Amino acid sequence: MNPTVTLWVALGSMLGSLCRYAIQQGMPAEAGGLIPLGTLSVNVLGSLIIGWFAALTLPQQHPMAALHRRQFVMTGFCGGFTTFSIFSLETLQLIEAGAWVQAWANLGLNGTLALGAVASGFYLGRWQSKTP
Amino acid sequence: MLTWLAVALGGAGGGVLRYWVSGLVTGYTGEVFPWGTMVVNLTGALVVGALAVLAGTQSWFGGELTGLLILGFCGSYTTVSSFSLQTLTLMQAGDWSNAFNNIFLSLFGCMTALWLGATGMRLLLAGGMP
Repeated sequence: MNPTVTLWVALGSMLGSLCRYAIQQGMPAEAGGLIPLGTLSVNVLGSLIIGWFAALTLPQQHPMAALHRRQFVMTGFCGGFTTFSIFSLETLQLIEAGAWVQAWANLGLNGTLALGAVASGFYLGRWQSKTP
Repeated sequence: MLTWLAVALGGAGGGVLRYWVSGLVTGYTGEVFPWGTMVVNLTGALVVGALAVLAGTQSWFGGELTGLLILGFCGSYTTVSSFSLQTLTLMQAGDWSNAFNNIFLSLFGCMTALWLGATGMRLLLAGGMP
């Protein structure tokens, strides 16, 4: 593994994790018995960013297209910002609390909204990168 | 303030381990199916299940350790963004069966791994395992 890229991934993951923590602190999981909106927000927003950035920096001439910059944003920031484990943990907590509707809603919304966001971001980035 | 530092440290460590593990797995399996991301998400879910039981039952497992290991390390080690981007790539390639398998296995595989981690830790704490 490339040590320069590893360092950029560490920095990006640290920043992504801190941003996620700030959002999760601001949107507590138990708010009104709803689904955990903080984790849903970071997963949807992070998917939007990775899709957009992946398409935008696909052309080699883009100033952010260098490997370490792509890895800083995509593997580092977006990877640290979004989380599958905390999302699964909060879903299990809903199941153990007997809140089956919220548990299924949490699974369904994280899945569909993250996929919708990554596609939206991707086609936006591709459209931008083709605009002179 | 200490919890923020713990999240930062855990997040950096989890991200680097994810980069290494997913790269290692992808080196063995190739890139047809995103096994690299699958392996980090499944193993991260297993570990967070065990850690959450500790955090809920052990007095020594406080807010700083939760920040370092659960929210920082496991939070950053696992990822939704790579999962959704790789699923989109499979869909764009017209590989709908692998796209569906990736979604299904990620969602229900992680729930199962997490339950196994939690149940294993509960048994261990109860002294039910050798």
